[in-house]
Amino acid sequence: MPEHTFRVNGQRVTVDVADDVRLLWVLRDILGITGPKYGCGISVCRACTSHLNGREITPCAVPVGTLGPDDEVVTIEGLPGTVGQELHPMQQAWLDHDVVQCGYCQPGQIMAAVALVERVAAEGREITDADLDGLRNICRCGTYARIREAIRAASGR
Amino acid sequence: MTASRRRFLGYVLAAPVLVAAADLVSGESAAAADLTELLDLNDIMTAAALPTSGLISIEVNPDGTVSFALPRAEVGQGITTSTAMLIAEELGVPVRRVRVTLADARPELLFNQLTGASNTTISTFTPIRVAAAVARRRLLDAAATEFRAPVGKLRISDGVVLGPAGQTLDIGKLAEAAASPRTLSVPVELAARENFTVIGKPQNRIDALDAVTGRKKFAMDLAVPDAKPTMLCRPPTINGKVGLVDNLADVLAMPGVTDVVAISTGVAVRAGTFGQCIDAIRALRVTWRAGTVEGKSDATVLKELAAAEIPLGPRPLTPVVEGKFTFHFRSNSAVETNCAIADVRPGRAEIWSALKSPIVAKQTIAAKLGLPVSAVTVHVTEGGGSFGRKLFFDAALEAAEVSQRIGKPVKLMWHRADDSRQGRTHPMATSRVRIAYAGNTVLGFEQRHTSITTDLGHGLGELFTAMAAKLPIGDAAFAQTFFQFSHTSPYRFGVHTRLLAETGKGFNTGSMRNVYSPDTTCARELIVDQVAARMGKDPYRFRRDFLRDERARAVLDRVAQEGGWGRTLPSGVAQGITFHSEYKAVSACLVEIDCRPATVNRPIRDGVGGPRVTRVVFGVDVGLAVNPRGLEAQMMGCVMDGIALALTSSLHLRDGHFLEASWDNYFYTRQWNVPTDLRIIVMPSDSDQPGGAGELGVAASMAAVACAYGRATGAMPTSFPINHGTLSFTPKPTVPPIPASPTDGGTVA
Ligand code: FES
Ligand code: FES
Repeated sequence: MPEHTFRVNGQRVTVDVADDVRLLWVLRDILGITGPKYGCGISVCRACTSHLNGREITPCAVPVGTLGPDDEVVTIEGLPGTVGQELHPMQQAWLDHDVVQCGYCQPGQIMAAVALVERVAAEGREITDADLDGLRNICRCGTYARIREAIRAASGR
Repeated sequence: MTASRRRFLGYVLAAPVLVAAADLVSGESAAAADLTELLDLNDIMTAAALPTSGLISIEVNPDGTVSFALPRAEVGQGITTSTAMLIAEELGVPVRRVRVTLADARPELLFNQLTGASNTTISTFTPIRVAAAVARRRLLDAAATEFRAPVGKLRISDGVVLGPAGQTLDIGKLAEAAASPRTLSVPVELAARENFTVIGKPQNRIDALDAVTGRKKFAMDLAVPDAKPTMLCRPPTINGKVGLVDNLADVLAMPGVTDVVAISTGVAVRAGTFGQCIDAIRALRVTWRAGTVEGKSDATVLKELAAAEIPLGPRPLTPVVEGKFTFHFRSNSAVETNCAIADVRPGRAEIWSALKSPIVAKQTIAAKLGLPVSAVTVHVTEGGGSFGRKLFFDAALEAAEVSQRIGKPVKLMWHRADDSRQGRTHPMATSRVRIAYAGNTVLGFEQRHTSITTDLGHGLGELFTAMAAKLPIGDAAFAQTFFQFSHTSPYRFGVHTRLLAETGKGFNTGSMRNVYSPDTTCARELIVDQVAARMGKDPYRFRRDFLRDERARAVLDRVAQEGGWGRTLPSGVAQGITFHSEYKAVSACLVEIDCRPATVNRPIRDGVGGPRVTRVVFGVDVGLAVNPRGLEAQMMGCVMDGIALALTSSLHLRDGHFLEASWDNYFYTRQWNVPTDLRIIVMPSDSDQPGGAGELGVAASMAAVACAYGRATGAMPTSFPINHGTLSFTPKPTVPPIPASPTDGGTVA
C-alpha cells in the first residue's frame, strides 16, 4: 500500500493506506487524533473542520493522497501550538462565554471561527453579522448565539 | 418546616477512604410520597424511584478531589456541572475539585437511571446533597480529633478544614481518617437556601476545557482494542430487510475490509477505517425486502391521522374559534450519529455508548445475545447531543449483534444519511383546538391531538406501567396518561378536555426535546391569538387576564417589557408572545420576525433563508435554578429548536422513505437563521425546589414564532414547518444508501 508523509500539529507522520482514504479517517482511525468529529462525511456539517497550510478544510473531503511532506495539517489539538500558548485566544473566548453544550461540534466550530477571523483580518475589516451568518457549521444543541459572542470577543483581542 | 431545614439520613460505607452515600428514600421526595397529590410527570418519576433506588455515593480521595459516578447520561444538558455544584455546596470544596463521571448501567437502580423528561435535577437534588453533607460531617469529625478541638468550632472552606486556633488541613489528608470500616447511617442537615454560595450562582461547565481542546471523549473516540470501524448498508425504505447480497465476496476483498455480514437491520461492514466502510457499502449489491411503511407518504399518513382523530364534543351554541394544525415528521438526529462499541465474547459482552436508559439497554442486549443480564457490562459514555435519540439504543443493539456474529469487537457508527432516513423521528401529528367564548368570557377549551404512535419503550413506558395501579387516573392507556400528565392548563378557560389518539405503527419514532408539548402549545397559542382578536383584546393583555397564577403573569410581563411588546414595526415585521408551563416551570416568549421579501428571499447556498426571527426574549421560572448559566444555555438551544420547528425543519416522507439525508436537506437552525438579538431571562425565585428544563423552552418559542409569523403575514399558519410544502433540495439516491465522500477539501471562499 502507498505511504503518505505529511505534517500534523507540528509533527511529521507517515501512514500506509490507499490514496483515496479521506484525511478524517487517517486522523481518527489510524493516527488516533479524535478532536475532528464525524457528523456527515460529505463536507456539510463541518464538525471535522481543521486547517491545511493555514486554510480551513473539512478532512472528510480531502483524499490523503493529495498531501505531501510539506503540507501542515492542524487539528483542534494543535491549535494552541500555532500561537505558542496553552490555549488559542479563540478557545479562551469559548471558555469565557461558556459556549459548549454537548461539545461534539465545538472543535469544528472553533477551527472555523479561527479561520473566519483570520480571513476577515486579512481583508482589513471588522467582523460583521453577515460574516457570522456565513458560518455553516451546524450545532444541534443550538449554541449559535454564544458562538457569535465568543467570536466577536476573540476578534477584538 | 421548609425543606432546607429538614433532617436527612445518609450513610458512610465501609471503605478504605471516605465514601459517603445516600438513598432517595431519605431524600426530599419522601415527603411527597402521597401519590394522590401528584401533579405532573416529575412527581411520578421521583416517586417511582423511591422504593427501588440503590445508594449513590461520593468518594473523597487522598489527593483532595471528590469523585461521584452520576447514574444519568450527560448529553450536553450540563448535569455533570450542576451535580458538581451540589457536591461543592454541601461539602465545602471548590467545583473544580469535583470529578463527575457517568455510572455504568446499574440494574438495581431500576427506574432511577433514566435520563428523561428534564427530571435529573429534581430527582437527584436532595440525595446528592445528603451524601455530600455526610462526607462533610465525617471530615469535620475526623479533623476535630486531629485538632483536639470541639467539632462545632471547625468549618470547611475551599476544600480545607479550618480549626479554632488557625489550624488547616486539606480534606484529602482526612480521606482515610474519615473513612469507616463499617457502614454507618448518619443524620445530617442540609445547607439552608439563604446560605448557598454555589447553588444558584452562574457556573461555567466543568467539561468545557476538554471540549474546546478536543480532549472530551465521545463513544467513537474511545480506543477499545481491536474495535474496528463498522457501518451498515441499509435498505432504501424504512426498516426494509436484507434479501440477497449479490457480491459479498467481492466486497470482502476490498481494501481494509475485514468482515461483511448480513444482520437484522442491514449488511454490516467492518474495516480498517470508516472511509473504507463507506466505499464498501457503496459497492454492495443487495436485494432488499419490503419495509414496515412501504408506499406511505406524507399524504397517506395525513389521511390515517384524520381517520384516527377523536371528534370534538358537540358544538356549543356560543361562538367558537376552531383550528386544525399539521406537524410534519421531524428528525431528532444529533450531530453525533447513533453509535456504539461492542465487544461480545462467549459468555460475556461489553458495550460503550451514550445511553439515557442504560438498564433497559443492558436487559435488551442480554436477551438478544442470549446472555444473563449480569454478563453484559454497559458503559455510559458522554453523548454528543440527544434530543430524545439517546433514550434508545439502536446502535448498541446492532453493534452487539454484529460483534456476536463475527466474534470480534466493533466500533459501529451510523452514516449521517442513515441517521436521518432510518433513525428515529418525532412522529407526524395533527392538533385540533376549539375555544368557546361568550362576550369576554372563555367557556371551554378542547384539544384533540392525533399522532403517529410515539415509541416510549425505553423505560419511561415501564415506569408508568409500574405506577399505573397507583395513579389517580385509573387504567388509561399509557400514552394518554403521559399526555395528560405532561400537559397542564395555564389559562382559566372554563371546561378543558384534551385527548390524544395515536395510530400507525412501523415508523421509528421517539420524543424530540419533548413529546407532545411543542405541537400542542403551538396549536393552542395560535387559537388563543384568534380568540383575543375576536374579543378585540391585545394578545398579551388577553393572556395576562386569563393566566391562573402570579408566577405565570410575572414571567409574561417580564418578556413583554423587556421585548418591547407592541412597539411600532415596519409592515411585514411583527411580534408574537406566548406562554407555556410544564415541569413545575413557567415560561414566556416574545418573538419578532421579519417576513419582508428582501429578507425571505436572501440567497443562502444549499440552505433555507426564509423569514428571519430577529429578536427573541425568553423568560423562564423553574423555581430554584441550580446553575442559571446552564439554564440560560438550555433555553437558547430550545429557542433554536422552536425556530426550526416553526419555520424550516421537517422530514418529507415519500414512498416509504424519508428524502432528507444531510444537514443541507434537513434544515435545523443554522447561523443564517439565528436571531441577532436573543435574551434569556431567568426569573428570580425564592423556591427551595429545583426545576429541570432541558426541553422546557421549545414549546413557547415555537408557538411565539408561529404567532409572530401569522401576524406578519396576515394569515394564521396551519402546517408546520411553514416551508414544508416547498422541497428546497435535490434528494440523494437511496441506492447506494450513503453518498460518496467528496474530494474538494471543503475549503470556504
Ligand atoms: S464530517 Fe466533515 S463536514 Fe461533516
Ligand atoms: S454543542 Fe452539541 S452539537 Fe454543538
